[in-house]
Order: sequence, then C-alpha cells, then structure tokens
Amino acid sequence: MNTETIQNDPLTLYGEHLSSRFLLGTALYHSPQAMCDSIAASGCDIITVGLRRQSPKDNSGDHFWQLIRDTGCKLLPNTAGCKSVKEAITTAEMSRELFETNWLKLEVIGDDYNLQPDPFGLLEAAEQLIKRGFKVLPYCTDDLILCQKLLDVGCEVLMPWGSPIGTGLGLMNPYNLKTLRERLPHIPLIVDAGIGSPSQACEAMEMGFDAVLLNTAVAKSQQPEQMALAFAKSIEAGRSAYRAGLMEARQTASPSTPVVGQPFWHNG
Amino acid sequence: MLTLSLNGDKMNLQQPDSLSQLLEKQGYQAQKIAVAINGEFVPRSLYEQTSVNDGDQIDVIQAVGGG
Repeated sequence: MNTETIQNDPLTLYGEHLSSRFLLGTALYHSPQAMCDSIAASGCDIITVGLRRQSPKDNSGDHFWQLIRDTGCKLLPNTAGCKSVKEAITTAEMSRELFETNWLKLEVIGDDYNLQPDPFGLLEAAEQLIKRGFKVLPYCTDDLILCQKLLDVGCEVLMPWGSPIGTGLGLMNPYNLKTLRERLPHIPLIVDAGIGSPSQACEAMEMGFDAVLLNTAVAKSQQPEQMALAFAKSIEAGRSAYRAGLMEARQTASPSTPVVGQPFWHNG
Repeated sequence: MLTLSLNGDKMNLQQPDSLSQLLEKQGYQAQKIAVAINGEFVPRSLYEQTSVNDGDQIDVIQAVGGG
C-alpha cells in the first residue's frame, strides 16, 4: 500500500497505525527462507508467532527469534493449543516475556475436531489478561453476542474466524460476518483463519472487514512468496472496493449500453 | 534425590537447585526462553530465588512459528 493510501485509510489497532491490512503467520513454511521471503512479499506489519517446549540441544528457537526480529515486523504471539483459561494466561505471560510485547492473539480452543474457540473460556481469559495489561486480539467465532461481550471486557479488536483453522474453506457464514460488520461499525474486525485463496480474502475486505490474518494458504502453497504477494494485492483490492462502494446486486438484467438511438430498431 | 519433569521428561537431581542453576546445567543459559513451573509462569527476574522441588513439572519454552 503506498504512503498516500496509508494516510487516507489507516488501520489503527490499539492506537497503533499500521501500513498493511494483511497479517501473516510464521508456521508451516518449507524453509526459514521461504518464511522470510513471504513476509517481505506480503508487505505485512504484523506477524503471528508461537511458543513451544524445546530441548536445550536444539537452538532453533534462538535462530527463529533472530529471523523474525530481523523482519522488523510487529510480533503478535498466540496462545495456540490452549484449552483452558489457566493455560492461556500462563502462555500469555510467557509470551510477553519472551517476545517483549503485551499484544496477544488469544486462543482458547474448545474442540479438537474443528479447533473452534471456546467462547466462555475465551471471554474469561480475555477479561483477566486485559486486567494484567495485555492488548488482547481474541480469535473468536462469528457470534455477535460473544463479540459484544469481548468488547465489554475491554478488547478493542476482534478476530472472528472465516472457517476452521487450516481448512481453506473461506467465509463459512457470510450472514454472521456481515452482521458483525453492521452492528460493530467502529470496531476493527480482522477475519482470522480459514482463508484459502486471495479471492476469499478479497471477499472479506469487500464486506468491510478491516484486515485479514492467515498462514496456511501462503505457507502451504507451491510458491509461498508469490502467494503472499497475491494475497497482498487481493486484500488491497478488496479494501479499495469497499471504500469505493459496491453496486447493489439485482435479479433482473439492466442494459449498460444506452437503448436510445440503437440502430436497426423500429417501432412496429 | 529429587525427581522432576522437564518438558515432560523425567529427571533426577542429587540435591535441590535454584531454577537458574537447573537451567544452566541443562544448557539453557544462552538461549531466549520463558519458564513455567507447575503451570505457573516464573519471571526471569525470579530464576535465582526460585528453588525447584521434588515433583515439579517444569516447562521451558522457546519461540516457534505460529499462525
């Protein structure tokens, strides 16, 4: 996105102005270089990161840390895999120290099969973490009431799923997503998870979502760097389309070329 | 003799150590890590004064890719 566009259309999350509406994950790439190239091609300002147990003999954690630090991107640690409020809070505290940020992509998973967020655990964890000074970006379902309650406890950004993590199914429930946009017009909404193709990301942006977060669709493509660029373009296109205002769809045809003055057309 | 769990692996200690001593012996001292004992976060500033006890479950984590 060029400077003029950024100035006219900033994305502001927790008071920080961002130059990109594309948030990219750092998992599943076939090589560290592919990850770095994809991040560069995406133009993203924020990358998501995780934490896991590691043996002292394996210093890949330090190597990974250096790589992501060198990207210059803002880090958004996640609590992936946490299934309880306690696990999420401990993981968040570890992330804050490790990554030196109080920003957090909060995940509390309620079901192993579709990795669906547990709305009750998510809400409780969000409330406690905000009291501890975290800036929480909750990975949530597209349920309006849950989203309203997450705002009530202090979340300033919401990240509803498009569809389950890693599926690539796109926007599973457009009605719910449109409802969120309409009912929460001033809240930054980021579609997180389930996006499989640039057209799906574009659809989310055309719908009025403020940004898109994805990982698998880039990392598992045949050429991640090229796919990252494709997503960046689609997200920018979708945003421009939303700002321009889409025409209303209609059920019947309407000629675009003027009818008056058409040759070879005679009354009777 | 103390028996601990370090990242899910059992280990024995002849005598009680501080958390910082344990991490150093295990080769973590130069690495960027965060630690929890029995599911509770232990800030780096408390490693020296935190003792490890029999039956403790210690998690040492590092940065990885995440979505």
